Amino acid sequence: MSRVLIRGGRVLDPANDHDAVADVLIEEDRVLEVGPDLSAENAEVVEAVGKWVAPGFVDLHVHLREPGLEYKEDLASGGRAAVAGGFTSICCMANTDPVNDDPSVTKYILDRAAKDSPARIFPIAAATRRLAGEVMTEMSALKDAGAVAFSDDGETIMDAAVMRSVLEYSKLVDAPVVIHAEDCGLRADGVVNEGRMSTRLGLPGNPVEAEEIHVARDIRLARLTGARLHVGHVSSGGSVALIRQAKEEGLSVTSEVTPHHLSLTDEATEGFDTSTKMAPPLRTQDDVETLRKALAEGVIDCVATDHAPHATYEKDVEFTAAPCGVLGLETAFGVVNDMVRQGEISPLELMRRMSTTPARIFGLEGGSLSSGSVADLVILDPETAWVYDPTEGFSKSRNSPWGGSELTGQVFATFVAGRLVYQAGRGVLAR
Amino acid sequence: MIGQDLLGIEHLERDQIELILETAERMQEIGTRDVKKVPTLRGRTVVNLFFEPSTRTQTSFEIAGKRLAADVVNFSVSSSSLSKSESLLDTAKTLDAMDPDAVIVRHKVAGVPQRIADVLDAPVINAGDGAHEHPSQALLDMLTVYQEKGRFEGLSVAIIGDIAHSRVARSNIYGFTKLGAEVRVAGPPTMLPPHIETLGVKAYSSLREALDGVDVVMALRIQNERLGGGIFPSVREYSATFGLDRAKLRFARRDAIVMHPGPVNRGVELSHDLADHRPSVILDQVRNGVALRMALLYLIAGRAFPQDQE
Repeated sequence: MSRVLIRGGRVLDPANDHDAVADVLIEEDRVLEVGPDLSAENAEVVEAVGKWVAPGFVDLHVHLREPGLEYKEDLASGGRAAVAGGFTSICCMANTDPVNDDPSVTKYILDRAAKDSPARIFPIAAATRRLAGEVMTEMSALKDAGAVAFSDDGETIMDAAVMRSVLEYSKLVDAPVVIHAEDCGLRADGVVNEGRMSTRLGLPGNPVEAEEIHVARDIRLARLTGARLHVGHVSSGGSVALIRQAKEEGLSVTSEVTPHHLSLTDEATEGFDTSTKMAPPLRTQDDVETLRKALAEGVIDCVATDHAPHATYEKDVEFTAAPCGVLGLETAFGVVNDMVRQGEISPLELMRRMSTTPARIFGLEGGSLSSGSVADLVILDPETAWVYDPTEGFSKSRNSPWGGSELTGQVFATFVAGRLVYQAGRGVLAR
Repeated sequence: MIGQDLLGIEHLERDQIELILETAERMQEIGTRDVKKVPTLRGRTVVNLFFEPSTRTQTSFEIAGKRLAADVVNFSVSSSSLSKSESLLDTAKTLDAMDPDAVIVRHKVAGVPQRIADVLDAPVINAGDGAHEHPSQALLDMLTVYQEKGRFEGLSVAIIGDIAHSRVARSNIYGFTKLGAEVRVAGPPTMLPPHIETLGVKAYSSLREALDGVDVVMALRIQNERLGGGIFPSVREYSATFGLDRAKLRFARRDAIVMHPGPVNRGVELSHDLADHRPSVILDQVRNGVALRMALLYLIAGRAFPQDQE
């Protein structure tokens, strides 16, 4: 019977509102006990004094590019990047090649992930076939195959009647529908936030209204259908107001925000670095402040990275031609920990937004250190400053806006199912 | 400025602009000689890297380089094939390996000269990137205005047309405001980009108000390919509301001049009559373009060879 004792850390367990120095005892793949001065008998001891011990992070929104686009990322490299970032469960979007719109693809991802990835991987299936926004997928079969949610992420379902059907039908499988809210017509060829920066840089702008119109539409469709709606990568302060209103109304609406939308503005595109290009685009300081406040208050439920690897040669092109998306897994904690350092959110609540709440939204194991819970944990060094170098990272790609940036807050160790899978300085230790 | 990139006017200092204009005035005399050539840049290689065809700007840089005895090479790339096969930065690195002394970059997408400058050893001169900047055009416009008016302080300049999609407008806004002139922009609201007034200009949707008392009127080229793209309903309507003719020009000062970056859509943004005769100074702009670009090449690519210094 293998035992691990994580000793003397500040144990942050949002599921039990626990925030105190304690030991965590793991037996096999489960948490046995959390409490002071636990016995180290027969246990391998990990010293965690001065560190945070929390349930492993859960990311509801990543792009792992397998099958079909393995030159950008695959389940193995994405899984390694995840555990290096403290994520023990990640949910991969369906815009692979082929699209994950068929149970065979869902099963393929799960089979490969079980063999290749140190992190747990949960597929999100397409909401419509080929992400075309026309015909809904076989949600029942996809759920049986292992899909945890449905999304056409990367594309917006423009036809409101199709979106209504998707939401209605999703109730059959009781799974959330994740939206990529961007009105394609209004966005047009916009590649940066429409505003002062788009005017200065001369790049086509994408107004916040392109997002807000769809958030508003889909909240109304959630009301019409009673389905579970999850708003992906909220970038606009205006969307926050709509989501707040939906929650006050009691609708089943949840949402996520990315580390980049919480920390960067469109000013980052000065210099035309395509590692600052993503959809939706970086917005203004006002939006950033509204998003941070909304995350702290819980109006936005969780942090999701929208980890979106692209090969360097694909990004080394004209700004308008570069694909959208940035890496996020390995830098997420270092970036959002700034909110704790600025006193905007408590460590316990940040852990809740990165672990307990996202696990609950998709109905995943994890997110808890209750006795008997799955032993997915992260140990964090909240005060350690480090400089991120994407070329030294675990992702296959390099497209990060934080390359060369100093971040404060580092992942010290990650456990999945009771196994140490990552440790700072030693790297990824399993698979 | 030797060895420095010239990517836009936004980040230039006022005294740098003045140095360029003064140097251009001195270069002008060379163009009036019987033998229009000096050996200043002999042995230097200047590459025209044009991803978007522009006969006028390319020819102007080529003549400027040749009058200074530089070897001018035209490297034209079709941007459609580029985005598919070869990465932009590969092209830049390939070029860099041939050791040019200056590279003139023109591209339809904003920011490309900057990205190329990031990987190139040689200085880069932006010859127009998307709707971002076109510094040599703005500098030749400033030179033309200075020759006509003898000053910048206290002048009013109205830029008329599709400001949203105009690199010429942006560069001129930065340039003229830095030199102390007041800049106004005017066009239908669909052609005025958001927050344009944060660049230090006043925006008008009434041509009459925009022209009231101005010293310089700059008409921008209307691109017919934008017709139907949601920014103007018809050429006829644009011409009637914002096209310049002598009647509308009466709102400006009596001695106002009319400028245009060319090529002119006759009868659209300028009447035939205005396109050809004073107060328009369009051919002076073209003439000044050569001198101005000579000045840029001299200032940026004109470092002395080690043997020259011995």
